[in-house]
Amino acid sequence: MIDSNVVLTGQTIAYTLYVLAIMALMGWFAYKVTRDGSGKEIKPAIFYSFVGFLVVIGVSLHIVTHETIPWKPMDLNRAEIKADKEFHITMENHEFRLPSSKLIIKKNEIVRFNVESKDLTYGFGLFRRDNTMAFQMQVIPGHINDILWQFDRPEVYSIRSTEYSGPKGINMIVRDVVEVVD
Amino acid sequence: MNLIQTFTNGEQGLFKPNSLTPMQKLTLRFVVIGLIYYGVVVIEGMLMRLFEVTPSIALGVEPKQFFAIMTAHPLVGIFGSTYSIVFGAFLFLVPFLMKKPLWSIKLGNWTLWLITIGTFVFWFAGFVSHYSPLYTLYWPLPADFSQFSVLGGTFFIVGIALVMVGTAFFVINIFKTIIYTPDGWEKQPGGALIKSALGLTGLTNLFSKKKKEHLVSLPVAAIARGTVDTAFNAAVILFTGVLILVYMVAELFGVSLKHSAIDALLYKNWFWWGLDLIADGLVLIFVAGTWYLLATLITGKKLFMENWARAALFIEMVVSWTVWSHHLMSDQAQPGILKILSGEMVTAFELITQGLAFFITLATLWSARPLKMSHPLKFLLGGLLGFALAVPAGIMQADLGLNRILHNTQWIVGPHVHVAVLIGLTMTLYSAIYFLLPILTNGAKLYSEKLASFHFWAHLLGGIGMGAFMGMAGLKGMLRRTIYFNGEYNSYMILAALSGSLLLLAFLAFFYNIVMSVGLNGVIGIFMPSKLKTTDLLPAEK
Repeated sequence: MIDSNVVLTGQTIAYTLYVLAIMALMGWFAYKVTRDGSGKEIKPAIFYSFVGFLVVIGVSLHIVTHETIPWKPMDLNRAEIKADKEFHITMENHEFRLPSSKLIIKKNEIVRFNVESKDLTYGFGLFRRDNTMAFQMQVIPGHINDILWQFDRPEVYSIRSTEYSGPKGINMIVRDVVEVVD
Repeated sequence: MNLIQTFTNGEQGLFKPNSLTPMQKLTLRFVVIGLIYYGVVVIEGMLMRLFEVTPSIALGVEPKQFFAIMTAHPLVGIFGSTYSIVFGAFLFLVPFLMKKPLWSIKLGNWTLWLITIGTFVFWFAGFVSHYSPLYTLYWPLPADFSQFSVLGGTFFIVGIALVMVGTAFFVINIFKTIIYTPDGWEKQPGGALIKSALGLTGLTNLFSKKKKEHLVSLPVAAIARGTVDTAFNAAVILFTGVLILVYMVAELFGVSLKHSAIDALLYKNWFWWGLDLIADGLVLIFVAGTWYLLATLITGKKLFMENWARAALFIEMVVSWTVWSHHLMSDQAQPGILKILSGEMVTAFELITQGLAFFITLATLWSARPLKMSHPLKFLLGGLLGFALAVPAGIMQADLGLNRILHNTQWIVGPHVHVAVLIGLTMTLYSAIYFLLPILTNGAKLYSEKLASFHFWAHLLGGIGMGAFMGMAGLKGMLRRTIYFNGEYNSYMILAALSGSLLLLAFLAFFYNIVMSVGLNGVIGIFMPSKLKTTDLLPAEK
């Protein structure tokens, strides 16, 4: 499965290009609007074309990500997907309770993390050693909170709560506890 | 005039508070209170920025206090500052545009003081007791008395409730002003006015050959539609506050109620439905309406594609009622269908409605070339740029694939939230303030044009810079609601703090400029009772 860092790199490039383009457009507009003009209105055809463009962008973004980001369809269909490995994790009193001291995963295994909260709303995220995020989900008390993930390369991850659960929650990190091996 | 005289009496002594009508004073009071609370928010923001660089340099702020500031910061910003400025402006503009008096100046004053006092109460309760469940109030955190003081929390919730009651009074005042018949007037068609204000007339005009006349102007329609969301939002927050208060009062009497009595996911849906009526409802609608008003006032021309603008405002209102689920995309128990329909699809409509408002405003300005690059115009263009940057950032994070790696990171709160609020919303409000200043003050002159230009550039660059550096840290995995003790993201956080300090300088320049324009005596005079006994908005011309 494609790594989440690759997706974020793509997003960074796309959004940066957009930001540069829109800032250039506004700069150009600010310059031109103070210069002599014909006083004519913009043609409605341009307006309708712009509306159509927005509709296409709004709809196609989600179709494109559905076809290119593998964890998106996997997440929507996770009830029908059989995992190769499953970990049941409990969160209570601002602590993680793990099934073992190390969670070992083989490369390309599909893993289900089933996380239960016994008290507050928490988050559950896996982070690489350079602090970048692999994925996260919310952990709501009284509900099933599960996520499927396929790891495509050997890597060591820390588990961290990604949701604020009061000042006591700032140290909810278990370092280097998930290990993906060849 | 020397500096001391100008500071005392304002630029050239032109501002005479005794010449103000009660309505002008009411509006100016709202603006002054809103600006003071904005100053509080900027200082709090800078403290948090310093804390994010190194906790030890943030003037003795401890982690508990950091989270208390993080809880109060957005609430003071939205309720204490933005609500004050927006409500003050709209309580003036609706009667101004409808050419009739406000329904009740007294109720307007009640709104002012309830919001002012309520904001102080919840801010002070958080400051003293460190009550810090954040504005999201995820259940059962607000009722977790192992972490928070019950008494502090009670005062905090009471403060919020006072703000909501003031908000309800604003809603009543706006709708009554639209439909009521002033003394000595011909009977007003209340039903037709409300249909026009809510956009039903505009919507039927799109599909009907026989076009009905719009009884209210487009900005009034935008204010009315945003006010509907304001009302729903106040109801949801009030109800939630009462729910939390029940737990607090029980605890004060020694009874600990079970947290599991409330379903955390249902509560989260309910609360986000209401909360999102601010973020994705009234803010976008109010801002679009203000853009339209400013564009027509600056150009003196009719709005481009007005029927479309009216229809888009109506659609935006419906969108705002059905869009909340994009805040629950990482909640695995949330039904997938809600994530796709409400979270992805309806949210994408915001790109369309806000894109239309952006285009219509620019097209209206374009039709009036050449325009002078006045302060209202440059701040308006800044506001347009802010939403052009922040809305697509929001659309991206409201995608199921991307949300998995963006949710709760600094990306959300940087390029989306802070750019939308600081650049999009605040610069639009500044545009309105610069435009309305001479009208509301009966001709007071701005003290310094150069300071106003510095205000513009420092605010624009500071806001965009801070959002950008926070976003870069977010893309590298930095979370938004935690503390990093080992300087993991220091390079980004130092740059964000420098950008933040530009925002602080921009505000100080603006505040100094305004105080020097109206003078200290003028500011005090605004809070003295008006000597003119009139319900007219502006004094009669001599």
